[in-house]
Amino acid sequence: MGAFILRRLALAVPSLLGISVVLFAVLALAPGDPFAELATNSNVPPEVRQHLRATLGLDDPVALRYVHWLAAMLRGDWGFSFISRVDVTALIWQRVPVTLGLIGASQLLALAIAIPVGTLSAVRPYSWFDRIASTIALAGFSLPTFFTGILLILVFSIKLDWLPFVYRSDVEATGWAAVVEHVRQAIMPVAVLGLFQGAGWTRYVRSAVLDVVRLDHVTTARSKGLAERVVVMRHILRNALIPVVTLVALQMPTVFGGAIVTEQIFRIPGIGSLLIDAILRNDTPVIMGVTFVFSVLVILFNLVADLLYGLLDPRIAYR
Amino acid sequence: MAVASLGVLALLVAAVVLGPFAWHMPIDEIDFSATMQGPSLAHPFGTDDLGQDLLARMLYGGRISLAVGFAAMGMAVLVGVTIGALAGISKGPVDMVSMWVTDLFLSLPQLPLLLLLIYLFREPLKAVFGPEGGVFVLIVVVIGCFGWMQVARLVRAQFFSLREKEFVEAARALGATTTRVVWRHILPNALGPVIVAGTINVAGAIIAESTLSFLGLGFPPDIPTWGRLLFDSKDHLDIAAYWALFPGGAIFLAVMAINFVGDGLRDALDPRRVL
Repeated sequence: MGAFILRRLALAVPSLLGISVVLFAVLALAPGDPFAELATNSNVPPEVRQHLRATLGLDDPVALRYVHWLAAMLRGDWGFSFISRVDVTALIWQRVPVTLGLIGASQLLALAIAIPVGTLSAVRPYSWFDRIASTIALAGFSLPTFFTGILLILVFSIKLDWLPFVYRSDVEATGWAAVVEHVRQAIMPVAVLGLFQGAGWTRYVRSAVLDVVRLDHVTTARSKGLAERVVVMRHILRNALIPVVTLVALQMPTVFGGAIVTEQIFRIPGIGSLLIDAILRNDTPVIMGVTFVFSVLVILFNLVADLLYGLLDPRIAYR
Repeated sequence: MAVASLGVLALLVAAVVLGPFAWHMPIDEIDFSATMQGPSLAHPFGTDDLGQDLLARMLYGGRISLAVGFAAMGMAVLVGVTIGALAGISKGPVDMVSMWVTDLFLSLPQLPLLLLLIYLFREPLKAVFGPEGGVFVLIVVVIGCFGWMQVARLVRAQFFSLREKEFVEAARALGATTTRVVWRHILPNALGPVIVAGTINVAGAIIAESTLSFLGLGFPPDIPTWGRLLFDSKDHLDIAAYWALFPGGAIFLAVMAINFVGDGLRDALDPRRVL
């Protein structure tokens, strides 16, 4: 197991490097020159401009500039926000927990829906339950998160007036009242993201369970006289969840995309809304920083999925 | 279900293609005497905060939303088939490198990168293709560039199984060149799953474009795509719910119809998956 974990960790490094190359390439290819303003300013003699460019390394070959940039990123030297003059790393760290909380809670909700519903559908394929569940699941993942968000706001905040639709980090209450208030304002964002993911995963769980149900060991378990509950839980589900873990990991980029949209709709102060604000205000260092953090998070979750995979299926770890 | 969805999709396409010929209301006529009116005979879908007719804007926006969807799908399928075929026919290092790139793209955070690319490249492309065309080209290319991975993997897998089949060997024994074998024998047989993946891709591209527009970073405000209409409407939800419901419903309907068609195609083209 130890060797397996090490191997996976080693495999994550090239992906991180690859992503950093992509990010840097985008930045390097993008038009626009930081010295465009100086070039048109007649008060700055061309020699001074040339000297500035040379000392800041702008005339270096691309490869060298990449190494410098990567070193700065790894040191945590991500620059300052153009708008608020705050260190980018501080700005991002302040907001990462909110986003992770939102994503974590919604993923739990999604799994809590997808695993039971998908399994029940697959155990009795083409029953009424299966048909209805499959249709709802397909409809559910055709509903884009921004539209479900608006629909929920319309119904629960405007028509029924049950839930607040703007997320506030400074709740004016203490003790249990504050906790309740936090939960109340988290319900809709978590539901939007969780239901969308849950609908997609229900389909994965269903087809994975369908593949396992037909296998011989399931028939054996049934003919041994095991209770149906035991057959499903121990013999079917454990095997069916292995491919589902991979699919969940592959969905991670989509999940982060959904989180950005959800944060924007409900004005949640996470890194997704930070990214949108930064883009609308041309705050390049923050944009780069947040994109980099998103990439690292995606790779991190892929890594976790890989390790889970090894845990669920010992055969992989020994290969 | 799939056939009914195909009908719905055909209706939607017909509506956005032919609709503007039947409904003559201009999309940008500002009328402050009729702002935020609910659906009525004069304005079947109501009007927005500037008194612009929403039906006309919906029809026009649908053209763009659907066009982006199909164009981005074309782009994704083109790139995916090329890379998948290259990897599938040439074992060894080429295959390894292209699969590594595919996996890398699969693990990129797509929405942040989409936003970053659009932020960086919007202005210069506007200068080359004009404000409308520039954003269109950019959005199609960028969405296409993030949608080809699934297609590439499918094509590669198909190539691996097909190139060992007897009829390919027979063609090769008859002296066919590799190009001819790929074009005439393997590719046509590998197209089934590609069509399915392409169909699903259209839905993904429509959602991606709407998401960008909804975040206010897609097409400029004077071009009403469905996502943009939703973006404009979200600050007036309490008094003008219809304004959000029509474009949102249209996106939902289009995406769901496409997904149902994709499911139906999968059942029809890939009998193994049917149980």
